[in-house]
Amino acid sequence: MNVVVCVKQVPDTEQPIRVKPDGSGIEEQGINWILNYYDEHAVEEALRIKEKVGGSVTVVCLGAERATEAVRTALAMGADEGILVRDPALDGSDHLTVARVLSRVVGSLEWDLVLCGRLATDDNASVVGAALAEFLGVAQATAISKLELHEGTATVEREVEGGAQTLEVPLPAVFTVERTINEPRYPTLPGIMKAKRKEIKMLTVADLGLNPKEVGMPAARTRWVRFSPPPKRQAGEVVTPDSPEEGARRIVEFLRQTAKVI
Amino acid sequence: MGDDVWVVADHAEGSLRRITFELLGKARELADARGGQVVGILLGHRVGGLAVPLGECGADRVLVADHPLLETYTTDGYTEVLASAIAEQRPWLVMVPSTAAGRDFAPRVAVRASGGIVTDVEDLRIEDGWLVATRPMYTRKVVGAAAFVGEGTQIAVVLPKVFSAAPRQEGRSADVQALPVDLDAAQIRTKFLKTRQLQRERVSLAEADVVVSGGRGLRGPENFAMLDELAEALGAAVGSSRPPVDSGWVPHDYEIGQTGKTVSPQVYIAVGISGAPQHLAGMSGSKYIVAINKDPNAPIFQIASLGVVGDLFQIVPKLTEQVRKARAG
Repeated sequence: MNVVVCVKQVPDTEQPIRVKPDGSGIEEQGINWILNYYDEHAVEEALRIKEKVGGSVTVVCLGAERATEAVRTALAMGADEGILVRDPALDGSDHLTVARVLSRVVGSLEWDLVLCGRLATDDNASVVGAALAEFLGVAQATAISKLELHEGTATVEREVEGGAQTLEVPLPAVFTVERTINEPRYPTLPGIMKAKRKEIKMLTVADLGLNPKEVGMPAARTRWVRFSPPPKRQAGEVVTPDSPEEGARRIVEFLRQTAKVI
Repeated sequence: MGDDVWVVADHAEGSLRRITFELLGKARELADARGGQVVGILLGHRVGGLAVPLGECGADRVLVADHPLLETYTTDGYTEVLASAIAEQRPWLVMVPSTAAGRDFAPRVAVRASGGIVTDVEDLRIEDGWLVATRPMYTRKVVGAAAFVGEGTQIAVVLPKVFSAAPRQEGRSADVQALPVDLDAAQIRTKFLKTRQLQRERVSLAEADVVVSGGRGLRGPENFAMLDELAEALGAAVGSSRPPVDSGWVPHDYEIGQTGKTVSPQVYIAVGISGAPQHLAGMSGSKYIVAINKDPNAPIFQIASLGVVGDLFQIVPKLTEQVRKARAG
């Protein structure tokens, strides 16, 4: 089973994220760039499949030079190959373009399954996986929390409103994974050493047979116009009541008079 | 490209879900600005009756795709029917509810429609002639505004509870048209096997007006019963922050936050939740936040509309009691 995992390098949102004063983007100074959490789970799932049935795990990433670090993290976890598509022509790409470029990379490989994280924690969009499946012309299941492989099919569970659905999906397919699917392993020291020596394959848009006009700003159907900090919440009131009854009474009063839910 | 705004109806067990009415309200405003129509899209089996409430809440036309193969949601079934209808009628904008299904099919439909797509939409407005969607990013630490710049039908996947529901006008009706469905079973590649229903959801987290949520401060799974009682008294849904999920006190689908669900109720009652940024990412869109915590320095108090410093084990039962009294009286 040859599994391709699409990953993204994102800012660690556990640290402060600040918008530039002119609203054109976020301040990149001091940002800690990491492998998207959901993608770690996708890599883990791919490694488990390989350990069970054999095959290979190839990690594909689109991004700047620094994104090699995200690919290397996945290699250190145990992925076999890493590919980075790096090209200034990709600047300004929207999610659909990213999916189109990824579909070209995946299409150039021998593959049975593509795994992606359910979303990336920078833009939270949750678009690329399903769009990639459409470009590849294969079935999909998004936000899966369980994956079992059989001959030519996979049984997956995906979380829906108020429950979980079990689906049977023919392979090849694209799956996006929830964080509940597994617990990712930590890279081991030998893994890290090995990953350092591995060559990451660098590709450009031209290498993929794409015209620069088919990617980046010229092809984008959406464009960021500004970024702003979230609206400030109205400063509230913090009270230390004399008794639990008093505390409860304050809350009931608030629910009734201000929030109007009782 | 036309000027119509389509609203894909979300329905379950024979009735429309609330988000459908929220989308209809915004669709009316946008369609009026362009001089287009509001069109309700119904996909399913034996769902034609739902055209009536769609008409009463502002749809000028309702397109009904009625087919046994659409009875259960499938990626291929919905994508095929919607993409064909879009190719034929070329609406300006399709508004899709941000549900497990909506988020699943919308990107594929966007690829086929050659339009743009923005998900987690919290606002949609026309600025200088461009349609601009705003959405939370970076764990809700940033709001991004994206303009739809291309040709082709645009797709907006909209969060629940960000728009006001369209008012119901009795006697108003829509022009109902059947949408021809050209589907055969072989086109639907994914086979639906079963749904495991979670019994606990009296009120779904996404739709609840009030969410009562517990954190590490609850100390153990047995204490969630206390929240259940409060939620029942308030007609609320129950959620949690990450620690109770990681400790196995409650299942993962309770989790609200960066790695769980996003909710935006009228009131969010945070019980024994300190307010880690990962949790705030899932609930800071709530209109009002009430926090109960014994630690006066808990970060949750910095964003709470009302913070009560005290022992939750004493306050919550009193609160439940007083809410019951208030409701009865």
